[in-house]
Amino acid sequence: MFINNDVTKGTVMQERHVVQPNDPGHPIILSTEDLHVFYGKKEALFEGDLQFGSNQITALIGPSGSGKSTYLRSLNRMNDRIATVTGKIMYRGVDINQPAIDVYEMRRRVGMVFQRPNPFAKSIYDNIAFALRLRGTTDKHELDEIVETSLKQAALWDQVKDDLNKSALALSGGQAQRLCIARAIAVKPDILLLDEPASALDPVSTGQLEDTLLDLKQHYTIIIVTHNMQQAARISEYTAFFNQGRVLEYDTTSQIFTNPQVQVTSDYVSGNFG
Amino acid sequence: MKTKTTQQLEQQLTRHSKAAKLEIWGRTISLTALLLIVAVVVAIIGFVASKGIATFTSNHVNLWDFLTGKSWNPNITDANGKPEVGALPMIVGSFLITILSAIVATPFAIGTAVFMNEISPNRGAKILQPVTELLVGIPSVVYGFIGLSVVVPTTRAIFGGSGFGILSGTCVLFVMILPTVTSMSADALKSVPRYYREASLALGATQWQTIYKVVLRAATPGLMTAVVFGMARAFGEALAVQMVIGNAALMPNSLVSPSSTLTSVLTTGIGNTVMGSLQNNALWSLALVLLLMSLVFNLIIRLIGRKGRLQ
Repeated sequence: MFINNDVTKGTVMQERHVVQPNDPGHPIILSTEDLHVFYGKKEALFEGDLQFGSNQITALIGPSGSGKSTYLRSLNRMNDRIATVTGKIMYRGVDINQPAIDVYEMRRRVGMVFQRPNPFAKSIYDNIAFALRLRGTTDKHELDEIVETSLKQAALWDQVKDDLNKSALALSGGQAQRLCIARAIAVKPDILLLDEPASALDPVSTGQLEDTLLDLKQHYTIIIVTHNMQQAARISEYTAFFNQGRVLEYDTTSQIFTNPQVQVTSDYVSGNFG
Repeated sequence: MKTKTTQQLEQQLTRHSKAAKLEIWGRTISLTALLLIVAVVVAIIGFVASKGIATFTSNHVNLWDFLTGKSWNPNITDANGKPEVGALPMIVGSFLITILSAIVATPFAIGTAVFMNEISPNRGAKILQPVTELLVGIPSVVYGFIGLSVVVPTTRAIFGGSGFGILSGTCVLFVMILPTVTSMSADALKSVPRYYREASLALGATQWQTIYKVVLRAATPGLMTAVVFGMARAFGEALAVQMVIGNAALMPNSLVSPSSTLTSVLTTGIGNTVMGSLQNNALWSLALVLLLMSLVFNLIIRLIGRKGRLQ
């Protein structure tokens, strides 16, 4: 057990430290205001108001049960029917947490990729065309084109271009996860939410996935929950540290990892947690 | 040379402890139970087969005549001196009533299962689950009695005739197999992993699109098993059908004309024959046909299950 004194030396530790992004090149595209999430009567998230700049990667880190996945799943209303979410989720100036919102239309703009690769038991092609067909795209030419671009953006095209009609279940874990990303970006969302997308992958696949995410940043705003702090440090511009249902610290990734202002964050990122 | 400690250790490791003895006992008991069940099943199949084959071996009835003959009257012989044991009317009756009740029950069962599982899991678990379990527990004679006093008169009033027939049988069987098919369909839907639904919803699919395009597709093998299971139950149901079908061993010329099934002829006739007589053997042959059909249903269920696993 060692204590990383360099990090804590000379700083006055606060209980909470939140610096919202303020970069003219990356206007705020999504923000939450007074967001609370309840599972039944139990409050799982009570202090977590963040703003996200467009075309940036924001990492949500924190120990298990800290509320980061709960927060992420609330952003595209995947917690509907599971939990009660109060407060505002402002997406380009519109509160998408109000009852009048068509969640299906909204989820087309705010896509999500899950922890466990979850391709449907269909062909690779049909997996990607799934959401497009639901929206009434039937033109074969158009579908072919979108399938190709999506797979290229997800860096999977070269590996599967000859096997588009094979079952997606035959793909390896890393390939399946990139297929899920291709499937999510096929509907051209604005924001991509990723819930620990690399936790089921080996280090090589993880590295490829991170490269893919860095490429995707040009087109999409990415919010990623991760347990892997090196991953957060490698790919994200901003990092939020969650603990026990609260955002304890939010700042640029370099600040969080080199000069954290909150003791718990410092302990967590230096591996002395708990 | 073994040292003393090695000898001691060997002794400790090789002696039969109490736990090891219990292990042998446990294996013996469970193996005995298994062998007993297998023996009973083999004995039943062997008995029914030997009795059922007697019609063809000792009474010299042609198998083809038995399966395709349209006249069932084991007590009299025809002009050629051959007994009238044509089982086709019963076979047709059994299949017709089975398929019809499955066709009627399937949409209701899957609809109910979807509601219980996808649309309103809470209410589904609170109300529909006990109701389905209750329906399974009602004895078939009660279903038959209700059929006799409600369904048959209604059929008579609407379609004329006696009211007895395949239509009434279908109505009764529909209610009888519905709970089985529903609860098995619900199990099939339950076994579709949650991440399938999440993946679909996160792509912007509506709940109905998710159910229709993802959940039902993924559950298809399970749903088919549920339907075949219901059919097997309908095929084997005797008492309730016998009470409403009219029990005339005639080819059904309409859904409301009195007819019969393999089981209904068996239950009506089995008490009125003498062991070893042709009349008795002919009934055993019907029982053999029933048994073989159940085996076929089981085989289908297994095949579907295997195909489902491969996906």
